[in-house]
Amino acid sequence: MSDVVLPNSADDSDAGVPEKASPRGSKAILEVFLQNKLALVGVVSLIAITLFCFVGPIFYHTNQVISNLANANNPPGRGSPLGTDFVGYDELGRLMVGGQSSLEIGFSAAILAAFVGVLWGAVAGYFGGLIDSVMMRIVDALLSIPVLFVLLLMAAIIKVNQLNLTLIVAFFAWLVPARLIRGETLTLRSREYIQAVKGMGGGAWRSIFVHIIPNAIGTIVVNITFQVADAILALAALGYLGFGLPPPAANWGAMLSQGITFLYAGEWWLIYPVGVLIVLTVISLNFIGDALRDAFDVRLRRR
Amino acid sequence: MIRFLLRRIGQSIAVVFLVTLATFILIHLLPGGAAKAELGVRASPAAVKAFNIANGYNRPFWDQYVFYLNQLIHGRLGYSYKLNESVSTLLRTDLPKSAYLSGLALLLTVIIAIPLGIYQALRRNKADDYLLTGFSFIGYSMPTFWLGLLLIAFFSVYLKWLPPTAPQTEGIGGAISDPKAMVLPVLTLTIVGVASFSRYMRSSAIETLAQDYIRTARAKGVTQTQLLYGHLLRNAILPIITLLGLSVPALLSGNLITESVFNYPGVGLLFWSSAETRDYPTLLALTLVVAVFTVLGNLIADIAYAMADRRVKLS
Repeated sequence: MSDVVLPNSADDSDAGVPEKASPRGSKAILEVFLQNKLALVGVVSLIAITLFCFVGPIFYHTNQVISNLANANNPPGRGSPLGTDFVGYDELGRLMVGGQSSLEIGFSAAILAAFVGVLWGAVAGYFGGLIDSVMMRIVDALLSIPVLFVLLLMAAIIKVNQLNLTLIVAFFAWLVPARLIRGETLTLRSREYIQAVKGMGGGAWRSIFVHIIPNAIGTIVVNITFQVADAILALAALGYLGFGLPPPAANWGAMLSQGITFLYAGEWWLIYPVGVLIVLTVISLNFIGDALRDAFDVRLRRR
Repeated sequence: MIRFLLRRIGQSIAVVFLVTLATFILIHLLPGGAAKAELGVRASPAAVKAFNIANGYNRPFWDQYVFYLNQLIHGRLGYSYKLNESVSTLLRTDLPKSAYLSGLALLLTVIIAIPLGIYQALRRNKADDYLLTGFSFIGYSMPTFWLGLLLIAFFSVYLKWLPPTAPQTEGIGGAISDPKAMVLPVLTLTIVGVASFSRYMRSSAIETLAQDYIRTARAKGVTQTQLLYGHLLRNAILPIITLLGLSVPALLSGNLITESVFNYPGVGLLFWSSAETRDYPTLLALTLVVAVFTVLGNLIADIAYAMADRRVKLS
């Protein structure tokens, strides 16, 4: 990443956010991103995992609703390449179905959270003053409540399904983007072009939607990748604690924690494939997030 | 400085109030209210009414909130009907245990992660940096419960070196007197901690190394050791202060997952068992306590950061 030289960016090193909206800028970002080999590994494996989960079931039919105890805990082979689990579901097919819900919840929660968080942070940062104080104290208060505690509490109160699990995860995931975007908005709103919008009679919403949010897009995208990774891990933790989606729905976290029960029985096919898939997905997202952050950060590029 | 302190403390108090409001609203969100939660879903309407009157749940919302706050100020966090003990009593036995476990792990994490991150920054993009980066990525991409159980499988089942469960005694004394049983829980938390702390340390050190004063120091002929301790470490270590502040709640609430993997009776395990038995007063009180500690942790970290780095603008 050192061979992309940007002239004279030293003087604004503490001003933070650089210009990103111009086509030249986005081309440079893509270039830096593609130079990062780990990021490419991440993108390729994430695409592969997504295809495996969503396209795989079209080619590999299994019954993931009706269980068959006669086939429980079969080792790999005999028509099921990865064996069967403790109630007789085909493990390979189950990995696909479980991956679908894990990825769906992770991505939709992260995107929903980014949407709310960006709007919240931009409004708080742009208007400042009392509005900012009240809005950010609400964020602080919710951030100080431990997420896993509340996830457990909510799961104990309501009947969990995919929709409300997504909403619960999103409800705590919007706080971090809100904080980040508020910080960016604070630096952006003193820029000349925002002042110009004001001077020419443009409203607050025009500034926020046309100028501030597009300029903060780097932070938003990077944050979404990390949020998806966190959401998948949080779901795994919930599954382990016994508050995941009820069967026959499956997700990787619950599958892994059920598989671990058979650790001493030597039934490795219930543990390692799903564990490796979780780790691979989360690592890929982190690689992508890191590379995007480097690509968006002009200050790192000049080194 | 004084103004900054007062402002930060004022903000923290406001946040704590909002947190109490949130937990209070959660009590009212319980299906069928607190009465059904305590007396069971099949409670008769008469019993529910009697319970509501006895506990003041028939009074106006704000009236109840003020009463709730008053209880909290007097240290009455609530009463666990399921365990038949007050939450404060439960906390008194479990908090020190959680603090002991997480404190040990945090200490080890800092001791390992700071030199590791600096080493990686100095060897940036070399083979050993890539290898260590790979390990730390795996470390924090792994579900904690899986890591813990793999450690148990290896050290307890395969090698038979260490016991698979944490000390099972009531008080903190048992945990201290049985160091062998503490190894695996502490190791699990330390691996997870080092994975993320060393990443922060590495990027912070890289950022510091690119500063002009490092180049100036090198140009003046400062020795490598002096550069490391005098310039690099002192500046690169600042983000760790924030991370430490963020770890305060974990220190006191324990780590829910690790405690349940090793069956270590601390605050985290208490919370989990309360969630399983739907012991709402305990759940809400613990949520509140941990939230207050989090606010305190953030406050302390901010103040410490401002004192450590005079360049931080106190506005």
